[in-house]
Amino acid sequence: MSAGAVGRAYPRLEGREKVTGTARYAVEYPTDGVTYGWVVPAAVVRGRITRVDTDEALASPGVLAVLHHGNAPRIAPGPQPELWLLQEPAVHYRGQFVAVVVATSLEAAREGARLVRIDYDTGSHSTVLTDDHPGLYKPEHVNPSYPTDTVEGDFDAGYAAAPVRVDATYRTPAYHNNPMEPHATTARWHDGRLLVHDSTQGAAPVQATLAELFELPRESVRVIAEHVGGGFGSKGYAKAAVVLAALAARHVDRPVKLALTRQQLFGPIGYRTPTIQRVRLAADADGRLTAVCHDAISQTSTIREFAEQTAVYTRSMYAAPHRRTTHRLVRLDVPTPFWMRAPGECPGAYALESAMDELAIAAGVDPVELRIRNDAAVDPDQGQPFTSRNLVACLREGAQRFGWAGRDPTPRARRDGRWLVGTGVAGSSYPARARPSSASVTARPDGSFLARIDATDIGTGARTALWQVAADALGVPPERVEIRIGDTDLPVAPLAGGSMGTASWSWAVVRACEALRGKLRAGAPPGTEVSAEADTTDEVGGQPERPRYAYGAQFVEVRVDADTGEVRVNRTLGVFAAGRVVNPTTARSQLIGGMTMGLSMALHEEGLLDERYGDWVNHDLATYHITGCADVESIEAYWLDERDDELNPAGVKGLGEIGIVGTAAAVANAVHHATGVRVRDLPIRLDKLVGLSGLA
Amino acid sequence: MRPFRYHRPADVADAVAVLAGEPHAAYLGGGTNLVDLMKLGVQRPELLVDVTRLPLDAVQELPDGGLRIGATVRNSDLAARPAVRRDYPVLARALLAAASGQLRNLATTGGNLLQRTRCVYFQDTGKACNKRDPGSGCAALHGQNRDLAVLDWSEQCVATHPSDLAVALAALDAVVEVHDADGARDVPLAALYRSPGTHPERETTLARGTLITAVRLPALPAARRSAYLKVRDRASFAFAAGSVAAVLDLDGDVVRDVRLAYGAVAHRPWRAYRAEEELRGRPFSPELAARAADAELAEARPLRHNGFKLPLTRAITVRVLTELASS
Repeated sequence: MSAGAVGRAYPRLEGREKVTGTARYAVEYPTDGVTYGWVVPAAVVRGRITRVDTDEALASPGVLAVLHHGNAPRIAPGPQPELWLLQEPAVHYRGQFVAVVVATSLEAAREGARLVRIDYDTGSHSTVLTDDHPGLYKPEHVNPSYPTDTVEGDFDAGYAAAPVRVDATYRTPAYHNNPMEPHATTARWHDGRLLVHDSTQGAAPVQATLAELFELPRESVRVIAEHVGGGFGSKGYAKAAVVLAALAARHVDRPVKLALTRQQLFGPIGYRTPTIQRVRLAADADGRLTAVCHDAISQTSTIREFAEQTAVYTRSMYAAPHRRTTHRLVRLDVPTPFWMRAPGECPGAYALESAMDELAIAAGVDPVELRIRNDAAVDPDQGQPFTSRNLVACLREGAQRFGWAGRDPTPRARRDGRWLVGTGVAGSSYPARARPSSASVTARPDGSFLARIDATDIGTGARTALWQVAADALGVPPERVEIRIGDTDLPVAPLAGGSMGTASWSWAVVRACEALRGKLRAGAPPGTEVSAEADTTDEVGGQPERPRYAYGAQFVEVRVDADTGEVRVNRTLGVFAAGRVVNPTTARSQLIGGMTMGLSMALHEEGLLDERYGDWVNHDLATYHITGCADVESIEAYWLDERDDELNPAGVKGLGEIGIVGTAAAVANAVHHATGVRVRDLPIRLDKLVGLSGLA
Repeated sequence: MRPFRYHRPADVADAVAVLAGEPHAAYLGGGTNLVDLMKLGVQRPELLVDVTRLPLDAVQELPDGGLRIGATVRNSDLAARPAVRRDYPVLARALLAAASGQLRNLATTGGNLLQRTRCVYFQDTGKACNKRDPGSGCAALHGQNRDLAVLDWSEQCVATHPSDLAVALAALDAVVEVHDADGARDVPLAALYRSPGTHPERETTLARGTLITAVRLPALPAARRSAYLKVRDRASFAFAAGSVAAVLDLDGDVVRDVRLAYGAVAHRPWRAYRAEEELRGRPFSPELAARAADAELAEARPLRHNGFKLPLTRAITVRVLTELASS
């Protein structure tokens, strides 16, 4: 790869279209004869539909059809049972989409949905996760395919023998993904072929799922996702909106636009499971870990098992001779949890990195130094050396940039007027994976190049990063390269998820560019196009198994109002080691975005479930609070110049998730330093801290 | 959403007459709350009477030193008025502590006073709410009620009034000018709102179809030393977890006069008369302020999730008064 575009800050290629409103999202494509779908959510938690009365809805002006289990086109059972929509009268959770109204206008569809009358037989339900739930069980494995439990050494003996111990239980609530663009689809059928514009993190998985459900060859389904307004994991696979839009379009034989409302995102699209996590740490007098145990409890649905890998973070983060991790699940009458930015690592790190702070205090060791002392040379879980591990360098550089040196560990010892001030630190890590991908590159007679790959840019800057990678791999200025992504007519590629998009896609792009250069060197007839393709399936599959991780260190300073308990974050600073950074502008955006989301998790977000109704009652952005601009006073992200030749040709580890991991723990640790109060159940809101001064 | 008709009245009398003749009509101000509720199916008017073009958008300084604020004056415009900033800083601060810049640019003075509770059960037609659907029950009473009332609630309703502006106006003894079929009249703000009682669906004492045309602030020189303190769960764009509007008039260190009102504690902006009584005529101290708050909150009945509102309201009472006393 020649020196050039990679590593330089470029604005997003589609930035102008986005800020001027001309970039088209899933339901913004002008479509002749379009109709509008509106979903009807189940009004009971668990039960069976006994009657659907559509008379009033059908009589409402503009309403064309009401689809429900009694009349909807049949689909095959697919890979995810919750996508077998409108096929059976069973209701598995409140809010399950049980009917769709199609009308000539959005408003008419919405009114029609209100007029659909559904009767149910209902049964008792269980929707609240507890650590003594009778339904607790041990899943076969946790996501995606980790062992459920791990044991090394003898934790109980090691723990009992240690001079310094921490035993604490941490709780996190349900968190709801709220991308700006909801799950939304325009679907149309033509000659037995299905075309959808979908808001998804991966057009190819959506294509595969639709083909399976509608029993079509894959090539009869085309999915376009040119611009996607965020996903954070929730659009990682086909979801209800695209299936319902396709069903409705087939039923009315007209194009259908269907977008979920903000309220409908709270549950049916998946959410981060609540967790209950007990962490026990034991150390010698110097704070060197001797025993580590992390027991995680989370929930899944009755429809499908989703086993969040909450304690997996603990397996590879810090070294200790005696170690144990466990996962237990409960099947509740709730929607199936799903991915949310750093599933597993994010809530797991909140618990472990909080416990590490408690251990630092118990051992009388500085929390930065404690983490350095417990760094691991080889993966404690797999016993193999890491391809690169720069946690210690991140901690050191972060401490220096933040001004950590000389920190007085005494809680509640710093005041700024009415504010109690404190600082906290946490480590973070996230796996650096890659998946097979394909790509093609064409040299045009005019000297320009076209790179084609079904990658998805969900707002991350992936399109721009791949354009930079392609330019360097071709050895030409990026201005001569055009890139097309987000369409299943392009070479197949994996979804944007798991922080592996850029690693996977750039791998294929680089190989395609190399192949093209080979062809061009061999000589091509003048005035013709020359194309080359690459498929990395064999190469990625043949890569030696090694522990590959990105690392980070998060530093936070908070102030807590001693009277009201309000928490404000003065400073958030993260230093990351994530391989090569392709585009500093979009990389920084990813990192501070992740950190901000972690701050939001620490201080604001909480899905409030009403057990009687079995759903989350604060299902809009006025009542489910997300950190706003005013909450982020100073945020800085830095990265080390990390070279790791055992990753992928571009040398990237992925930046989408590492920013959120550890942030919530750093905030919680800083709140403890400021106030002396250890909040072990997120979010850290003023009701948990009000009246510290004794005034109130 | 339900189809609706739209009417732009020629004048106030037309607006009132048109609404009086329609059983399912509503006035439309900035629409920042009503339109949301229409989309949610919580309010389903058949006719909207848009009052924003009526000549009710003036702010007049009155000869007696008071201020008359037209009902359609936008929140942003009102907060920026020099007379408001100078003579009633509590009002400017309450306005600016509310919502977001975009919402304040639309929201009107009259509409702000009549906005509906943000109780999550009220806003969800799938849940029981006596305010939305009388007789259906109050799901909030034993539900998620962190944001709801600690004072004056009933078994039928534990909602809070969401307005910041109304809390400041309660402290300022504002008078609401209204127009109904019988013509114009005045309603003291203190008499505008109702306790939830057995009819939480009735939120004000105004008969259906009554139009708020203006809000009048009496002259109150002491209000130049006034403040609004709002505490919320994030730094901006959130309803109050607790709020207090205060006017403090000291003679030396003795409290000559004081006006206190609380937000986020009751079905209405809560004028804290008992606290005022405790403060008046005594030398000011933070301890006195705390005792005053305790007196006001003595009859509070916190719900399962909102006990924190008592220490919070106490804390902000002490802070706002102490800051005013030392200013």
